[in-house]
Amino acid sequence: MIVMNNKTTKTLLKTLLYLFFIVLATMVIYPLIWIIINSLKTNSELFTNSLALPKNPVWSNYIKAWKLGLSTYFLNSLLVGAVSVTATVFLGAACAYGVVRSQSKFKDIVFYMILGGLLLSPQVALISLYKIIDKIGLYNTYWAMIIPYIAFKLPFAVFLMRSYFLGFPKELEESAYIDGCSSIQTFFRIVLPISKPILASTAIMTAIFVWNEFLFALVFIEDKMKMTIPVGLSNFRDALVTDWTVMLAGIVIGSLPMIIFYLLMQKNFIKGLTAGGIKG
Amino acid sequence: MKRLKQKNYLIYMLPAIILISVFVYIPIIQNFYYSLFRMNSYTDEMVFVGLSNYKKIFADEIFYISLKNNIYYAVISIVCQVGFGTVLAILLESKLAGKLRVFFRNIYFLPSVISVTAVGLLWYFIYNPNMGMLNSLLIKMGLENFTHAWLGEPNIAIFAIIAMSQWQYVGYIMILIIVAIQKIPIELYESAQIDGANGLQKALKITIPNIKETLLVTSVITVIGSFKLFTEVYVMTSGGPYNSTQVLGTYLYNTAFMYDEMGYAAAIAVIIFVITFSVSILQIKISNSGKE
Repeated sequence: MIVMNNKTTKTLLKTLLYLFFIVLATMVIYPLIWIIINSLKTNSELFTNSLALPKNPVWSNYIKAWKLGLSTYFLNSLLVGAVSVTATVFLGAACAYGVVRSQSKFKDIVFYMILGGLLLSPQVALISLYKIIDKIGLYNTYWAMIIPYIAFKLPFAVFLMRSYFLGFPKELEESAYIDGCSSIQTFFRIVLPISKPILASTAIMTAIFVWNEFLFALVFIEDKMKMTIPVGLSNFRDALVTDWTVMLAGIVIGSLPMIIFYLLMQKNFIKGLTAGGIKG
Repeated sequence: MKRLKQKNYLIYMLPAIILISVFVYIPIIQNFYYSLFRMNSYTDEMVFVGLSNYKKIFADEIFYISLKNNIYYAVISIVCQVGFGTVLAILLESKLAGKLRVFFRNIYFLPSVISVTAVGLLWYFIYNPNMGMLNSLLIKMGLENFTHAWLGEPNIAIFAIIAMSQWQYVGYIMILIIVAIQKIPIELYESAQIDGANGLQKALKITIPNIKETLLVTSVITVIGSFKLFTEVYVMTSGGPYNSTQVLGTYLYNTAFMYDEMGYAAAIAVIIFVITFSVSILQIKISNSGKE
């Protein structure tokens, strides 16, 4: 009797649960579908009824958005991202390795500096950074984004990799020394290859940050030809006051890389996020 | 020989240290100094004004609007993202959810993968009073009375922005909590099962106590994120209408780069520093106490 009841309540509960999941999923997904639908319309179709499907999908909106500047923003984001990620991972790994292996007291100071750096928000440095970047002639160059990105992501990278290196057996390095490798050779040939998983997490976290970063890119870059996607997109809106469906197509293009990136490497992505535990 | 090796390790650390010092620490220290001056961006002239920037802040109406909006954002985000995110995580990890859990988990997480700028622009159109998704849906459902110029009305615009952020980040916090739930040993649930505990009892007596630390950490992350808020507001309203959606981040930006009052903006930055730094210290204390 009790077993029977249990079964019926279970199916009932399961149905309710799924209903809830589906309603919620609709709320999450519908805005995304709405924008894709409308990015394929003409402007007048958009204004007559934004809920309807397009009569004939206007794929040219995408081509137009791409040609009107997104291609440039895209390449800029790739360039700034590639340099920032490579430098952050590499310099971060080196520093973390140094902090773990060094026996001088200096390493404690470095470690506290890293910890402190984790707590500092970029906004607080914005005004002085603007002045510094202007003074050393980096204003309105790619370096105005790349260098602050590296500097602000390094504490996180070092912190993450340090905990990984702490559990790293010294014996491997020692046998490399016996084989005649120098310290630098050992670092490149032994330490880095074995650390691939943590390097990947760090790279993913840094890539997400750089791809989304808005404040520095907004303040340190003036030239449209050097803008990355986030600032480029917001600039796009002001330029395209009349051509809204092209704008919508631009938003879709700008969002796709990260979505694809996530779908391709879900597990690493989530690992990186939980390791980071930092938002925005 | 050994000494040489020791010196080598300093070389490993040096590039990172120099970058962090020059581009993180020095600017932040300099910012404290700047906050004591009246200055602008087109001349090098600086006038020492002592603490008067701070006095001005505490008498500044827009500062209080900003602070209030940041607090609204923090409180609502904790309830929706951490509160509702926990419920969602527990439901998705329950036996009832079955194999489709991965599918739903991915869908809920999806918005947090999109950049804040793109999400902000997307919702800028969703909230558009003429053709936006929200008003169109309300009209279709016969709820014309509930339509608004969502981002144009001073008393609701900030809540429209906050709502967008909940849509974007519930899934993110949910994932962090799911990861914590998956670390709970199964034996705990099995022994509860033998004792005859139902799903709700298991959630309250086993899941929640075992993810306490994650709940605290996610709350702290959410609060810090709330006080770093900038892009969402900048993209959607730039702080308007009538400064009603101003937050500390946008007010800092506007003061520095629109009104060119660099010293005053530096003082606002100090306030942001004090808030985010003290909450961060709290986070470190919490995660240390959890490890002991």
